[in-house]
Amino acid sequence: MPNARVLWAAVALIAVAVCSLFLFGAVHAQDGDGDGEEAFSGTLRFGGEPVEGVRIVVADAAGEAVGEAVSGADGKWRIALPGPGTYGATIDTDTLPEGVTLRDPARRTLEVTVTAGRSQPLIFALGEPVARGPTLPEQLAQAVLNGTKFGLIIAMCAIGLSLIFGLTGLINFAHGELVTLGAILAWYLNADTVGVPLILAGALAVLVAGAAGGGVEFSLLRPLRARRLGGFQFMVVTIGLSLLVRHVLLLLFGPDRERYVDYALQAEWTFGPFAATPRDLTIMALSAAILVAVALFLQKAHTGKAIRAVADNPDLAESSGIDVDRVILIVWVAGAALAAVGGVFFGSVEAVDWLMGFRLLLLMFAAVVLGGLGTAYGAMVGGLLIGLVTEVSTVWASPEIKAVFALGVLVAALLLRPQGLLGQRERIG
Amino acid sequence: MEFDVILGNAARAGLGPQAAIFALAAIGLNLHFGYAGLLNFGQVGFMMLGAYGTAITVATWGGSLWLGIPLGLGLCVAFALALGVPTLRLRSDYFAITTIAAAEIMRLLIRSSPATELTGGPFGLQTIANSFYDLNFLPDGRFGWGTFTYSSNQLWVMLVAWILVCLCSALVLGLIRSPWGRVVRAIREDEDAVRSLGKNTVAYKLQALAIGGVIAGLAGVIDALQQSGVGSENFEPQVTFFVWAALIMGGLATTVGPVVGAMLFWFLREGVESFIREFSGLGWLPDGLAGFLDGAEGAISIALMGIGLIALMALWPQGVFGRRRDLHLGT
Repeated sequence: MPNARVLWAAVALIAVAVCSLFLFGAVHAQDGDGDGEEAFSGTLRFGGEPVEGVRIVVADAAGEAVGEAVSGADGKWRIALPGPGTYGATIDTDTLPEGVTLRDPARRTLEVTVTAGRSQPLIFALGEPVARGPTLPEQLAQAVLNGTKFGLIIAMCAIGLSLIFGLTGLINFAHGELVTLGAILAWYLNADTVGVPLILAGALAVLVAGAAGGGVEFSLLRPLRARRLGGFQFMVVTIGLSLLVRHVLLLLFGPDRERYVDYALQAEWTFGPFAATPRDLTIMALSAAILVAVALFLQKAHTGKAIRAVADNPDLAESSGIDVDRVILIVWVAGAALAAVGGVFFGSVEAVDWLMGFRLLLLMFAAVVLGGLGTAYGAMVGGLLIGLVTEVSTVWASPEIKAVFALGVLVAALLLRPQGLLGQRERIG
Repeated sequence: MEFDVILGNAARAGLGPQAAIFALAAIGLNLHFGYAGLLNFGQVGFMMLGAYGTAITVATWGGSLWLGIPLGLGLCVAFALALGVPTLRLRSDYFAITTIAAAEIMRLLIRSSPATELTGGPFGLQTIANSFYDLNFLPDGRFGWGTFTYSSNQLWVMLVAWILVCLCSALVLGLIRSPWGRVVRAIREDEDAVRSLGKNTVAYKLQALAIGGVIAGLAGVIDALQQSGVGSENFEPQVTFFVWAALIMGGLATTVGPVVGAMLFWFLREGVESFIREFSGLGWLPDGLAGFLDGAEGAISIALMGIGLIALMALWPQGVFGRRRDLHLGT
């Protein structure tokens, strides 16, 4: 596959770049003696003791040997160079005493540029080989696993957001608060004072959140729709709702982050390059099962077909005998319940706090637009991709800015395929 | 209960620099949505760029404040172009989603540790406004009476901020009454019709986005001057929602709406917080409830604002000065 080759080439390039950066950094960390003649010098030490009798050879850029030296009793060595330029200094590892090794075997040869009149100190670090961090493929594998985990959760949360938009054209800014509501309710029930097992607590929280979603649609949005409010007014209503719910939750729950009592600490299972707690694996399996169930429901069940029909064309659906209001109510209840499931899972994997839903909402927005605004499958695919992109980015970039990459994908999607990955090729501009 | 204290605090907030900052941001937003129909939910991003552009020039690069302010406003124009070019061709929902995400992501970038050298990261940047206060020609000392006592520098910020509010209101009024403004308003009503007349609607929308963004950037500059510093926690997505609330309260697509709305917003917000503080200080409440209310007035006032927004949309969707015929703009 040419793509794989390109990827490996890129990986190799990055590795070379990183290595040379380290080299550069190490060499320039110290100043030269500046005694007017170009030279390499250094002191070999192992565990604080000088190391004697080690041979070091210097070759010029063409590979021609230009000098060599053996370290003295004090571990010091010095090799005069014919002039400024780039040279490679190689330590002869065969001359190292028994039990003494290079800390990093890959750094046998140091390639260094010497400026005129400078004695350049070089450091061959001797010592126990450092315990290596995970290699790049290992990091990537772990990031893909984490990304799939978060992606599944984002996808579950985003289905309701996308379907509600598809059905009513409403961007629900309060969708994140449904996530928080589920997570916080489950935390209360699971906390020591009540002590319900997390699975039962989560199920109860999901039921309450589903009822809350249905209540919002039934008692607030449906009457407002009857009064023919504009789409913008609806958006402001959900903003008001989101401010209200979020700050009531802040008042009740407080500003701190909390963890569930159950399944908080677990030992990780490792499979090759992957490591995951049984809790995370269970959550991934459950999420995947729920997503498949939702897809089957939309594809096969009578109500599921009705939902897709209304999302496609509400007027046509209504005129063919579908009770549109009932379908919208069902989607609100189910969407809110799914968001709450996502909230409980997310709270279990990370932690519960009053802003978690709002932070997730931005990722959900990215997922929904990426997958195709208004489609359930688009939200699933988009959510998975956003989860993968944000987590894989942490291999190279600081985790604080992983959400930035989600936006990058979003903008790229808007430029290249504005209808979304699975959206209909209709005119949206 | 001391109603004069509550009213005094509320009125002070309604006249204070924060209200002027919100008024500027709302004037920009009014141009975006009220006149051009752009559903911008990332207004705080423009404010942040104005503030940080200024602060970085002064505090990080040691440049002049008078170079920093145009730089910050220039960043706002750049942000408008970067945001508008990919999204303005699309439906307004896409624009709304992209703007809120872009503003928050910029905030995350600014407060991230790799950016600390430039932006101060989570600590922000300080002491940036000395050359602004050097221009203060008001005599030293304190002015006013009672709650309305201000130091010379406070008065100077308020004076400059409210003058800017007047200037920007006049600018937007002038723009809207110009031929340019007629095209922009026509795009709001029916973009296809305007396009069929041979106007490049995307270019007009981009211009409106950039001008409104620069006005919001000015709000950020005043914020930075007022605090003589910047911090990323002042630019959370909530701020955009609050500016929207102010604009809606005042009335969309009107000249005084954003200004009155911003004053009303801060009057009500501080009034509610002040009322809760006074009320729980009376000792009428049981200890448990009083303890709960202590320090919670900020969250309570925002929750009440949420209820207010819902009620406003349900009962009085055109706001104080708005017109009912402008209800179905945008989407």
